Amino acid sequence: MTEPTPPSARHAAEHGASVSLDPLAPLVIDLDASRADSAAPPESPGRIFWRQLKKSPLAIIGGVVLIFFYVLALLAPFVAPYTQEEMDRRRYFHPPHALHVVDSQGAFHLRPFVRETRLANPSAFRYEEDPSAERPVRFFVRGAEYSLLGLFRSNVHLFGLDGDSRIYLLGTDSFGRDEFSRLLYGGQVSLTVGLIGIVISFSLGLLLGGISGYFGGLTDSVIMRATELLLSIPSLYLIIALRAVFPIDLPSQQVYLGIVAILAFIGWAGLARVIRGLVLSIRRNEYVVAAEALGVSRFRIITRHILPNTWSFVIVAATISVPGYILGEVVLSFLGVGVQEPASSWGNMLNQARSIRALTSFPWLLYVPGLAIFLTVMAFNFLGDGLRDALDPRRVTGGRS
Amino acid sequence: MSSAPLLEVRDLKKYFPIRKGLLSRTVGHVKALDGISFDVSAGEVLGLVGESGCGKTTAGRCILQLTEPTSGSVRFEGRELVGLPRRELRSLRQRMQIVFQDPYSSLNPRLTVGSILREAITTHKLASGRAADERVADLLAKVGLSPSHAARYPHEFSGGQRQRIGIARALAVNPRLIVADEPVSALDVSIQAQVVNLLRDLQRELGLTYIFVAHDLSVVKHISDRVAVMYLGTIAELAGSAELYANPRHPYTVSLLSAIPIPDPDRRRNRIVLRGDVPSPANPPSGCRFHTRCYMAQPLCSEQVPLLREVAPGHWSACHFTEAVAGK
Repeated sequence: MTEPTPPSARHAAEHGASVSLDPLAPLVIDLDASRADSAAPPESPGRIFWRQLKKSPLAIIGGVVLIFFYVLALLAPFVAPYTQEEMDRRRYFHPPHALHVVDSQGAFHLRPFVRETRLANPSAFRYEEDPSAERPVRFFVRGAEYSLLGLFRSNVHLFGLDGDSRIYLLGTDSFGRDEFSRLLYGGQVSLTVGLIGIVISFSLGLLLGGISGYFGGLTDSVIMRATELLLSIPSLYLIIALRAVFPIDLPSQQVYLGIVAILAFIGWAGLARVIRGLVLSIRRNEYVVAAEALGVSRFRIITRHILPNTWSFVIVAATISVPGYILGEVVLSFLGVGVQEPASSWGNMLNQARSIRALTSFPWLLYVPGLAIFLTVMAFNFLGDGLRDALDPRRVTGGRS
Repeated sequence: MSSAPLLEVRDLKKYFPIRKGLLSRTVGHVKALDGISFDVSAGEVLGLVGESGCGKTTAGRCILQLTEPTSGSVRFEGRELVGLPRRELRSLRQRMQIVFQDPYSSLNPRLTVGSILREAITTHKLASGRAADERVADLLAKVGLSPSHAARYPHEFSGGQRQRIGIARALAVNPRLIVADEPVSALDVSIQAQVVNLLRDLQRELGLTYIFVAHDLSVVKHISDRVAVMYLGTIAELAGSAELYANPRHPYTVSLLSAIPIPDPDRRRNRIVLRGDVPSPANPPSGCRFHTRCYMAQPLCSEQVPLLREVAPGHWSACHFTEAVAGK
């Protein structure tokens, strides 16, 4: 990201221009001598995009982290050793299991194992390991039956323990439910709520903002007054009011869709206003007049000439608002109008860490969902920055601005 | 000039409202275009010159109906354009095109040169698939670029090359009329000549008709058959190119011509330097609009609006004392 090389020297090196002592010289050459005349074969836009994206390691890391998270969430029933509802009545607030590779005799095992625990202090939920009860971690063990992606059914889980022994990689919550399993199932909700949310709110925001900015006049006034109306309603009241429209005993999947719809319904207004402002400035460009002069339809002018030029803003706004949706879901779950127990989401997992006792004695209740949210938010932000740089064709020459 | 002209412009006006206050009341109008009339016959190049703010660009855009005129008439191929429904206008756009001044804002930075040109072709269903690709390659070759440039983005080109792309886009639909809106003003002098020559060659080769807008008489002289000099939204003088340069009949034209630099240090000449700026088109001077800056203004000039009248065959001038100008 921050390279010590001065931009002018880098520039000259990349273009093979003769380096003069005057630091401005390569830039001056660049303005006039056209790069289009160089002998290099043209690159496809896709290749340019990749080349640019690879320049930003943080964006790549962000992308990889997100892909990893989404795959885990998708495969949650297989990766998670237990279901999200399964309660272990003997192990409330169980701390994360330690994975061992050296046994009590000092021998090394390639296969990690965990030790059985017993409740040493029932009032403080303090557990002690039993050095003699070593349970090796098995892969592809049979457990609860599930259906993956709604396509095929199975009862094979990625890992687990033999018999009745249980492994809690990230501990258990107040109901003795496995935090790791809940994190994966909760990720299904929390990670997709943002994606579906931005798809809805950005389609609405882009289209309405684009129409408003391009046509102006009465159309503009009507749309903008509508957004102002929406923005002037305190969003929490709107959320609760809209949630009240749904019956309280809805299946969790429908509640989930309802949440997405509520968040998107609130989200598009602010975006539409910003897009309208961008469109107002973009439509003054002569290439828009040129398209009008060619007789291109107004819909195509908006979708092909105007909106794509808002991309660098939209990409960043989208990646930054995904965390907003994840946090929005947390707020809704906190208010009791979000995903309802026993179904999990990162929001209602975090709610378990509300008390001071949870924070001091069972900190994993906070940091398991907290870290997941933090990492996702950071990954989206890094990816957003990298995408913005890579998607802007004016940056292809490698100049940093 | 025997047959009907390709383009007839009659008393074309464009007033932009000036809005003020809470209720955006219209408190006045900027008279960007205050009644201009001229004909352009097929295959002709009409130069449109004047200072900044005199309404040249507005004239070009009103003719193409890119800006809706306030009143007046524009007949293209005998058909009235003003007030024509959008749908019918869209199909007519194939035959009239525009080349812009700023080569940087006139090409969409997100599209490759190829897709910019293809859009023009496919909008009017002139070709598709491979045929469209070939046409793109032809167009690029025609304006002096390489077919391989189709895959590149506008930012990879210099100003002159971008202007060539803009010309190729205008040509893509086989137009009859092209409004060139100061196509070389933003370019280096060395590049200007190349682009003007390209436009002239294309005009001859394809039999195009141009309205060539510029603020520089020397550029216009090179390419135009006839020249219209504009001042504050009106036409001051209109004549054949050679006639106008040799025998100007309006003091404004005289002063513009005297401002053309001559690359000869020994030659003595009378330069008429216009004082002050162009008056505001929101509140133009009474009578002759030029009288506030005219070197031969008389009391009559501030009272009576001079009409554009034919002072010699094909030579029109809007000056009360046009004979006195000729005598000088």
